[in-house]
Amino acid sequence: MIPPRPSPSNLDEFVRGLRRSVPINVAIFPFGLLYGALAVDNGLTATDAMLMSATVYAGASQLVGIELFGQKVAPWLIVLSIFAVNFRHVLYSAVLGRRTRGWSPLGRAFGFFFVTDAQFAEVERRSDEGKPITPAWYAGLALPVYLAWVAEAGAGAYFGRLVADPHAIGLDFLLPIYFLGLVMEFRGRRLWLPIVAASAAAAILAERFIGSPWHVTIGAVAGIAVAVVLTPSAPAGQDSGEAAR
Amino acid sequence: MTTTLWIILAGALATYLTRIGGHLVLSRFDRIHPRLEAALNAVPAAVLTTLVAPAAMQGGVPELAALVVAGLAALRGGMLAIFLSGAATLILLRFVLGA
Repeated sequence: MIPPRPSPSNLDEFVRGLRRSVPINVAIFPFGLLYGALAVDNGLTATDAMLMSATVYAGASQLVGIELFGQKVAPWLIVLSIFAVNFRHVLYSAVLGRRTRGWSPLGRAFGFFFVTDAQFAEVERRSDEGKPITPAWYAGLALPVYLAWVAEAGAGAYFGRLVADPHAIGLDFLLPIYFLGLVMEFRGRRLWLPIVAASAAAAILAERFIGSPWHVTIGAVAGIAVAVVLTPSAPAGQDSGEAAR
Repeated sequence: MTTTLWIILAGALATYLTRIGGHLVLSRFDRIHPRLEAALNAVPAAVLTTLVAPAAMQGGVPELAALVVAGLAALRGGMLAIFLSGAATLILLRFVLGA
């Protein structure tokens, strides 16, 4: 345990957030560039590509979206696909509400725009360390990633494939390595192994037999279901329906 | 306004709804059942695993070896150690195996 200290200044907190943003930016920069390059290939202007990064700000769904732009799919179907790929954020959002109890509604409404896989995982990590999620720390984490993501879309769009052979230097596989690192960060939590096993098995099966992006939701539901089933219900006298009020 | 612009903005709105929606729904509950608590606690591992597992299945020897090494590095080191060891394994094996 860290001994009690006077609460850190906003600047300290912001800088701590900044530090945690560095590995995130390393992991995603190839995808930011790739997205920009593919967006232009699929008929988007560089401005549209950057606008999409700035407003949607969710890499996998942007890649799915521009893929569909290229195929002249009905607009509503593109929007629905983006929604489906991003549906996992609903779960992140539900958890984050409980991590940000001291925030104002406006602070949440603004801050939650920046929720990504990595942003969420870092918040959970910090919360496991028993530290508060201050708006300054959250902003320090989110801001560099957001700005880099938008800039990378522009760079990818203007300069095409900046990286000659991403495969040879392993860039295409940085993201799975990064996500594995994040999964490992939570190994101290209850039921971690059964959750990961169920989630991995369901995601692999769903990816093969149903297809992307449904494997994310299906795998997540399987992992969460295992946690729910293996958790004893409330102590005697408490009705499970009560929580729903 | 072009169609493209509308699609982007509608996609952005749909995405924002996923980011705020979970909280808006959950904040209506005043008490959290232990099983719901367990479900929320499972979210990071359950969701992040789905982003790794299919990629691992589709990968060959270099990709799987990189994940194993990175996973072991995670037991001892931080994110930088995970990255460096995983990426080094991947690059080396891809080079050696010509994959």
